[in-house]
Amino acid sequence: MVPDAAWQLFWSSLWPLVSGAITGTIPLALISFALGLVLALFVALMRLSRNRVVSGIARGYISVIRGTPLLVQLFIIFYGLPSIGLTIDPWPSAIIAFSLNVGGYAAEVIRAAILSVHKGQWEAAYTIGMSRARALRRIILPQAARVSVPPLSNTFISLVKDTSLASVILVTEMFRVAQRIAAFSQEFMLIYIEAALIYWVICLALSSGQSALEKRLDRYVAH
Amino acid sequence: MSPTDSARQADADALLTVTGLHKAFGANEVLRGIDLSVRRGEVLVLIGPSGSGKTTVLRSINGLEIPDAGIVTAPDGIRIDYSAKPAKKDILAMRDRTAMVFQHNNLFPHMTVLENIIEGPVQVKGVSKAVATAEAVALLDRVGLAEKRDVYPFQLSGGQAQRVGIVRALALKPQLLLFDEPTSALDPELVGEVLAVMKELADEGWTMVVVTHEISFARGVADEILFMDGGVIVERGTPKEIFTAPKQERTKQFLHRILSPLD
Ligand SMILES: Nc1ncnc2c1ncn2[C@@H]1O[C@H](COP(=O)(O)OP(=O)(O)O)[C@@H](O)[C@H]1O
Ligand SMILES: [Mg+2]
Repeated sequence: MVPDAAWQLFWSSLWPLVSGAITGTIPLALISFALGLVLALFVALMRLSRNRVVSGIARGYISVIRGTPLLVQLFIIFYGLPSIGLTIDPWPSAIIAFSLNVGGYAAEVIRAAILSVHKGQWEAAYTIGMSRARALRRIILPQAARVSVPPLSNTFISLVKDTSLASVILVTEMFRVAQRIAAFSQEFMLIYIEAALIYWVICLALSSGQSALEKRLDRYVAH
Repeated sequence: MSPTDSARQADADALLTVTGLHKAFGANEVLRGIDLSVRRGEVLVLIGPSGSGKTTVLRSINGLEIPDAGIVTAPDGIRIDYSAKPAKKDILAMRDRTAMVFQHNNLFPHMTVLENIIEGPVQVKGVSKAVATAEAVALLDRVGLAEKRDVYPFQLSGGQAQRVGIVRALALKPQLLLFDEPTSALDPELVGEVLAVMKELADEGWTMVVVTHEISFARGVADEILFMDGGVIVERGTPKEIFTAPKQERTKQFLHRILSPLD
């Protein structure tokens, strides 16, 4: 293939790929991350519970999620569940798998962040009459949030890249679009590098978003 | 003093009575029968060597520590008997009546000075933000920190932070103020500004329980002094009795050590 034709394919593939990112990769990552964070907060609080059973359940969940491959989790939900009579469409399957995955990883981040807040902060909250729940919400979590931004950003960036796995359960996100174009044009190298570049640009944008958020949350600490 | 003596002393005027307080951390028996009572408007000062259990006594009063045994009573029929599991509502009632100033100010670092002060009144007591703010500003003004209302705690000196901690406690309008060595973590030149505020509060009639090593403060402000050692109250009396004529050998040794550490 002459370079001109290669360029042409590059430019003509750009919009389909970007649109795959906009309609597939990004919403998949955002929705799964949001649901995963809510789940993670609950799991983290369960893990911190003094009740052995409650913390044991959380511990088991985290262990399973972190100890098994995401691809296998996706397969179990999409290809496995139908055999016990539970068929879920590609998109919801992907969102369930990714949310559960984020839930497991982020739970440990949030737990560590909560534990990193000085004990005196809890005590000060109690002495002004707060309940445990209110102390957590008003005093502890805002401080834990600052600590968890860097590791949670990593989780999110990993998730954006991991959404490419959804292509194997037929979700039309960017990488599935890339696979189609590549198969059709037979220009595997070009198209997959182009897809890689777009992932990279998205992750660069996320990193700078992370810095901005950290700066904002840093307004109350000494520099 | 035996428990019966202190029970007699716990007259109707008492804002707080503590009897038979026991607490162990594992095998470490930290409190071995503490009795005390504070009357309205009185300042009780706890002194004693490090590790003698002073902080644990204070924390048992507001339920930050759950003692193994002992009875804490306060007006309006509050009576917590720690030989059984205490009811949550009783502990919350004690916290509602008390406020605490910590050795390390424990201000909320993610909130401005003003937000720190109004957090309790607004979030817990349901005071409107406007009213709480007006009261907070007036209190800040009183301790000379009006211009600091919108800064974050990290921008304050240790002495300023501790004064904000006192204002945060006052804003709750407690019946009883608890101070746990509020000046021990401060540079020496900042101690005076904090003690001055505390003395003013005492003069105004606030009821206070103060753990401190500041002997001149104790001498000038305390109505009663308790000397603790090894989890018991070794001696109690007026400042005059304790500082000029201590009866117990351990009290004498302790006072000698802190008043003339080089001898
Ligand atoms: N949470 C805790 N766990 C275990 N030991 C503790 C705890 N809090 C206090 N102690 C121990 O109890 C003893 C008394 O402590 P404290 O009341 O802080 O004394 P003080 O305030 O007079 O220095 C010390 O030996 C201390 O190590
Ligand atoms: Mg102490």
